Amino acid sequence: MSATFAVSRTLLIGRLREQPFRLLATVLAIALGVALSTAVFLINQGALQEFDRAARQLVGDADIVLRGGDAGFDESLFVALATDPAVVAASPMLDLAAQPMDGEDSLPILGLDPLRAGQVQPLLLAGLGDGLLPLLQPDAVALSASAAEQLGLSEGGRLRLRAGSEVIELRVVKVLTEEAYPQPLALMDIASAQWRFDRIGRINRLDLRLRTGIEPERFLAALAARLPVGVTATGPGEEAGRAERVSRAYRVNLNLLAMVALLTGGFLVFSTQSLAVLRRRQSFALLRALGCRRGELKVALLAEGALLGVTGAALGVVLGQALAVMVLVRLGGDLGGGYFATLATRPDPQASSLLPFFLVGTALAMVGAWWPAREAARRAPALALKSGDAEIVLARMGGVRAGLVLAGVAVLLALLPAVGGLPLFGYLAVAALLFAGILLVPALTARVLAVCPVPRRATPAVALAQLRGSAGLSAISLAAIIVSFSLMAAMAIMVHSFRDSFERWLGDVLPADLHARVAATHDTAYWDEADQAAIARLPGVSHVEWRRLAGLRMDALREPVELIARPVGVDGPVTRLPLVAGTLEPTRGSEPVVWISEPVSDLYGWRVGELRELPLADGPWPVRVAGIWRDYGHPAGAIVVSLEDYRLRTGDLAVNQAAFWLEPGVEASEVETGLRGLFAEGAFLQVYRGDDLRQRSLAYFDRAFAVTYALEAVAVAIGLMGVSFALSAQALARRREFGVLRHLGMLRSQVLALLAFEGGIMGLLGAAYGLLLGFLISLVLVYVVNRQAFNWSIDLSLPVGQLLVVALGLVLAAVLTGALSGRRATSVTAVRAVRDDW
Amino acid sequence: MMRAVCAVLLAGWALTGATLSLPGDHGAHPDQRTEWWYVTGWLETAAGEELGFQVTFFRTRVDQPEAHPSAFAARQLIIAHAALSDPALGRLRHGQRIARASHGLAGADQQQARAWIGDWILERKAGSWETRVEAEDFALALDLASVQPPLLHGEDGYSRKGQDPAAASRYYSLPSLAVTGSVTIEGRTQEVTGSAWLDHEWSNALMEPEAIGWDWVGLQLDDGGSLMAFRMRGKDGGVRWAAATRRDAAGRVVHHGPETVVFRPGRRWRSPRTGVEYPVEFELQVGDERLDLRPLMDDQESDSRQTTGAIYWEGAVRAQDVAGRRGRGYLELTGYGTPLVLPGGGADSARQTPSSLP
Repeated sequence: MSATFAVSRTLLIGRLREQPFRLLATVLAIALGVALSTAVFLINQGALQEFDRAARQLVGDADIVLRGGDAGFDESLFVALATDPAVVAASPMLDLAAQPMDGEDSLPILGLDPLRAGQVQPLLLAGLGDGLLPLLQPDAVALSASAAEQLGLSEGGRLRLRAGSEVIELRVVKVLTEEAYPQPLALMDIASAQWRFDRIGRINRLDLRLRTGIEPERFLAALAARLPVGVTATGPGEEAGRAERVSRAYRVNLNLLAMVALLTGGFLVFSTQSLAVLRRRQSFALLRALGCRRGELKVALLAEGALLGVTGAALGVVLGQALAVMVLVRLGGDLGGGYFATLATRPDPQASSLLPFFLVGTALAMVGAWWPAREAARRAPALALKSGDAEIVLARMGGVRAGLVLAGVAVLLALLPAVGGLPLFGYLAVAALLFAGILLVPALTARVLAVCPVPRRATPAVALAQLRGSAGLSAISLAAIIVSFSLMAAMAIMVHSFRDSFERWLGDVLPADLHARVAATHDTAYWDEADQAAIARLPGVSHVEWRRLAGLRMDALREPVELIARPVGVDGPVTRLPLVAGTLEPTRGSEPVVWISEPVSDLYGWRVGELRELPLADGPWPVRVAGIWRDYGHPAGAIVVSLEDYRLRTGDLAVNQAAFWLEPGVEASEVETGLRGLFAEGAFLQVYRGDDLRQRSLAYFDRAFAVTYALEAVAVAIGLMGVSFALSAQALARRREFGVLRHLGMLRSQVLALLAFEGGIMGLLGAAYGLLLGFLISLVLVYVVNRQAFNWSIDLSLPVGQLLVVALGLVLAAVLTGALSGRRATSVTAVRAVRDDW
Repeated sequence: MMRAVCAVLLAGWALTGATLSLPGDHGAHPDQRTEWWYVTGWLETAAGEELGFQVTFFRTRVDQPEAHPSAFAARQLIIAHAALSDPALGRLRHGQRIARASHGLAGADQQQARAWIGDWILERKAGSWETRVEAEDFALALDLASVQPPLLHGEDGYSRKGQDPAAASRYYSLPSLAVTGSVTIEGRTQEVTGSAWLDHEWSNALMEPEAIGWDWVGLQLDDGGSLMAFRMRGKDGGVRWAAATRRDAAGRVVHHGPETVVFRPGRRWRSPRTGVEYPVEFELQVGDERLDLRPLMDDQESDSRQTTGAIYWEGAVRAQDVAGRRGRGYLELTGYGTPLVLPGGGADSARQTPSSLP
């Protein structure tokens, strides 16, 4: 048996014998930190994988994908490319969305040639099985398993969809296998889709597979000249990243949460280990004095950290998986965010993806042990044996200069632009700010404690004196709570700012008494001129504002930009346009004007006053940018044009939505009943009262962020646990001190009060510091991370009440923890406590 | 005596028959549910290697509303199969395609014999036929020249297929087509010559519901004669129908009915891929003639579940009679695994067709 092993066995067994509960708690702390980050990672990964699989199944093996806007393109392009010698397989499609009669959400519909699509999307088509030939019938539809479940349909059932303002009925000839496609989807024959949705001669997507040896890039370059306006083509590499881009907004939120979890967990592990090592400095010195060598002690401490780390991390990985499963079962893969509402996500953890969490947890435990262990080993045994020596060690570890430098770096990082649409530097800035804050904690703590006026009453005065004397130790235990609390405060400020801006925006864009739309999608459902005339004649309506929506493909790699044709004006009842730049009443030149949303400005670089072209299906439309407006409704961007100009240019007189202003005294419900009565299956039109719609939108917003709050709460709880460990660790270490105080005449209750005071002061410091740091981080989140990730602006708004309540809760919890941790330390008799030393 | 019975039966058919006329009937008959142009034959490379080949274009009508305005409306499906029996490989090289007839990308012409899917084509030009197919590991480019007059089966090309007189097809063959062209195997192209047989058959109701599949053979005898024979097997294991057409070297044609055509199965072979067992050798009796059929190789199974939904055995065979006369041809065995269902045979068959595409 080697000497090192003997030393580490002695240390560990000693620790176990002395404080079995404490050792267990350390392991648990490591486990919790690892569990939290593992869980967030697993949820994130599971959802993304499912999303990616769905997207991949739709794209299949295509080398090139051509996409058109809503109006699509002529099918002759398919014929031309299908006979191109470089093309092995060409699969024409109509990629649409339609409104099921009894569903709220629209249903994605893929009209395809099942005989051709199999060459490009084999997995999707394999799911069709024996439904292939029946699908060729003009009233046939095949549903993905999740669509069938959502709509309550099975094979042989009838699917009723809105087409125009009419209703069509399709026969479900097949329900696809689960493996074929995980999300809701309906497949139709392309001929049926063209017929049913009135798109004879048009397709809007064309997937190509190229002959082996043909370079997709070359082919794309040659193809560019043949593409009609508004049609884009993407190559294989670009298609692969599509899912990632579509779900970007979703991942921004989750990434932040993962960061909170990882950092909080990391600091917790680190501070728990550091404190445990520091507390036993005198034991180490004794070992050294007994002949144990420096290296042996260091290795032994490291081994102890590793053992605790391995146990805790292994427990954490298992716990994290359980947590992930629980969250996914309860909330679904999108964590309530509504991005993949029906995704059946099962966490499928691979050992390889869990290993990093296990290793990081173990490593953090070892680093936590190693840093103070190095100091402990170096220190001459005689000095270390003296009481209070730990503080001297900690004083050396301070990093005021490093903290200030890091803070400067954070500011510089925040000024850098997004990388590939992701606010990478923004994240780094947040991390830098956080670490700067942590590095400055010891110095700031010492300074604040030093300037604190000494209270006149004995107990608080002693508490302050004690904290001043052990500022370093206090700082370490504060770190974990500061990390979790500041990140929580930052997230809270960001979400509150967003919600505030969102609410004001809702008031701008939904001002009418009643809002109605034919369907949740504008692809396949609309009101024609006769419908509009009938609606306009409804009694009780003083004014109707029509809207026509159309998707424009402006970039191969992005989702379509929404073209919104509607009246724009400053007088009378009209939906306001929340402008951030430009004017509503431009001096009009020869060309029509448009108002672009912030994402259009950010993503496409359009500026006020510029002349630009809208890619309409029948050719480019030159327009001038009159203004930029704030829009949270269309992440891919929206362009407003006056309905008059749009109709003049396109001759398209259909509309998708209507906003009603009612005559005084008229009940919204009367008009709603009248409107529904005008149409077949009118009960299924989507009609909302203005205030209802605003409430629903806000409720949706809150649901999307509900999990954010829940995970933040967990982070704060873990941070609190860290404080409690620190306090109780110190309390136990100070049994002699308490004994002396009792001998000096202090009552046991006064000692407990002393500890409560200490806890309160630390909680107060942590909360105040966390709030300050959180505020600074929130600035980065609001102005850098959010802007770069979503391309829209939000106004900073502080949830003062909410923050104060949480801060108060934190202080109270610290007071309580302090008092509780003192109970055991003071439970022995004063005499024994003093004698305990020997 | 037999003849007399046949004559009575034939008289019954004549009522329902309309005259088959060529070259007009070489083209497609889109109002009929099912139609195929079926080319089989033996090839010989310059090095003297023997290969069997098969190129088939099927046409299937799908019911669509007359008013369907979409050019994509799937009114006709075209299915193509190509196979090469290469004894060096020991099994078939096989390729298949399926497409709707639309936009000129696939179709079957009514005016002249021309069926195609993309660059796969079988076409009759100036009295001669040609076909080009390019599968994954082989390609065929063959010219097929007529040297003998067409051989009409049944009553003037009206070929009964079952005990119910309504189960019948229009059916003629072009035996002894002189083949020239090239075969490409795994990128290596070789000139070939040979002899082929073309079947053209169309029908609205070819199989009786009680039928499970058929055995068919088309033989070209070394003396210039030819023989087509088939039998329809019932689900009960019995023979529901059989018929044959024999043309001798002098061009005299004799039609045989169920009583004078007997298929006696010999050795059986089980497919290692599908587990289906086929009788790959037969003793074929047509009238007074008796021929032994022996396959070029055992494994000539075609898995076309991806297009027609069927697994069948279709392969080159040699024939020899007791007098030592020889011939070569093709043998087709269907319905040995699951009952054969012709694609497009109405809603019922469509449901049973497991058509998962590649």
